[in-house]
Amino acid sequence: MKIAVCVSHVPDTATKVIIGSDGKSIDPSGVTYVVNPYDEFAIEEALKTKEQLGGEVVVISLGTDANKESIRKALAMGADSGVLLKDENQRDSFGVAKALAEEIKNQGAEIVFFGKQSVDYDNSITGQLTAELLGYNCVTVVVDLKIDGNKVIAEREIEGGREVVETSLPVVITAQKGLNEPRYASLKGIMAAKRKTIEEKEAAPAENYVEILRMKKPAPKQPGKILGSDASAVPELIRLLREEAKVI
Amino acid sequence: MANKILAVLEQREGKLKKISFEVSKAASEIAEKLGGEVEAVVIGNEIEGVENVGGYGISKVTVYKNAELDKYSSSAYKDILAEHINNSGNDIIFFGNTAMGKDLAPRVAVKVNAGIAMDCTALEIEGGEIIATRPVYAGKALIDVKLTSEKKIFTLRPNVFNPGEPSDAKAEIEVKEVANPNLSERVVELKKSEGKLDVAEASIIVSGGRGMKGPEHFHLVEELADLLGAAVGASRAVVDAGWRPHSEQVGQTGKTVSPNLYIALGISGAIQHLAGMRSSKYIVAVNKDPDAPIFQVADYGITGDVFEVVPAMIEEIKKLKES
Repeated sequence: MKIAVCVSHVPDTATKVIIGSDGKSIDPSGVTYVVNPYDEFAIEEALKTKEQLGGEVVVISLGTDANKESIRKALAMGADSGVLLKDENQRDSFGVAKALAEEIKNQGAEIVFFGKQSVDYDNSITGQLTAELLGYNCVTVVVDLKIDGNKVIAEREIEGGREVVETSLPVVITAQKGLNEPRYASLKGIMAAKRKTIEEKEAAPAENYVEILRMKKPAPKQPGKILGSDASAVPELIRLLREEAKVI
Repeated sequence: MANKILAVLEQREGKLKKISFEVSKAASEIAEKLGGEVEAVVIGNEIEGVENVGGYGISKVTVYKNAELDKYSSSAYKDILAEHINNSGNDIIFFGNTAMGKDLAPRVAVKVNAGIAMDCTALEIEGGEIIATRPVYAGKALIDVKLTSEKKIFTLRPNVFNPGEPSDAKAEIEVKEVANPNLSERVVELKKSEGKLDVAEASIIVSGGRGMKGPEHFHLVEELADLLGAAVGASRAVVDAGWRPHSEQVGQTGKTVSPNLYIALGISGAIQHLAGMRSSKYIVAVNKDPDAPIFQVADYGITGDVFEVVPAMIEEIKKLKES
């Protein structure tokens, strides 16, 4: 069984966002890039699936040479090989999905994992777009997964509960926090990752449908009122919430 | 070319969700500003009160009906919507940015070859085009985007587009029975969290952080939330520590929320947390440390001990309810 996991390389969540000189993207200077946090759950689930079903795990990432760092991390955790789809230009999710779908088809992967969203552009759609382009089934925001032969049972998080979804292979799964506990790369894994190959190729071209006109900072909040330093401030707080804010 | 605008409504267990009214109102306002017709569609089985979206500017709703469609099925829903959009020639389509909308909208986008802007928090018209504002980096920044494709899909963040008071108008309803829906993906069971509101939908959220000192003290957070009809939220620190489930986490690796009122108890306000809740309409913070970053975004703050202040809040609200 060929298993693919798609990873993105994003600014660490502790990043303080400064808008770049183009006015459309962030200033990357001083920013630490990491593997997208949700993709770690995707990598772990791909490895667990391989342990259960056998086969191999290929890591695919679209971007620049810098993305190799995130691919290496997945290889160090235990993935077998990596593919970097090179593109220096920014793409929208549709553009990313088209190139990924093309590569997944080349690889013949029948189970594909994504993180449920990338913490940079927060679209949370690349997995679904890729699935639909491939004609694969898809379950998103998955917190529990069972694959038995051709049958897939996945639990996805929704407002106020979970949906249990039944479907079949081939399938795209997007991972939510809670699906598993991602393993740490062992020293042995890190050494082994250095010998694993990362194939590099040009990403299949695709047209963008989303044009970013400008990036801006949210309007700063007016400094609020400190009402006191103990329980005696509570009656005033409740009064303000009722009479000024009118929210309770 | 006249625009043909479509609002995709959402039902759960036969009732329209609040987001349906928000999407209806936003879609009809865009139709008014841009010029064009607006209609709505909903998929399910027996659905109550669909005609009420007439009060939010929708004159016609198509109900796609089948007993199997009562629960969500990505495969069936996307096929039905794509067919509807192609037959009606809709060129602008709105969904709610809900668990269903996020799952479904991109699937439909591929089928009808539409560009897609997710989680929009504002829609403006510039030069006859929709400019959508959407948060990125969990709200640390916003981008204004334009879709260049012929068909365009926008998903709207819940609780942001205020539908206002409805008029008395009722929408015309056309019911279409669906024969043999494509159930290659289907929900076989809905597991509801017992009586709990979800942070993504609640208009009030009471969140606890590390300052609550342990999972055994979260009954205070829960009691206050109960009294206010609020959802319980949590910071990443307490979720990572295993005190609270991830479904309650607010912030960059949890949920991004915009309730009317956000009460942060014992939360210092790490940048990831602030990103996820700073767009709340009113923010209350209770924290012992007066230098905690949460006070920079709070409208009202008390720099005191949560174990004194929260019980006092509970008492005060109880009094209010009795009066």
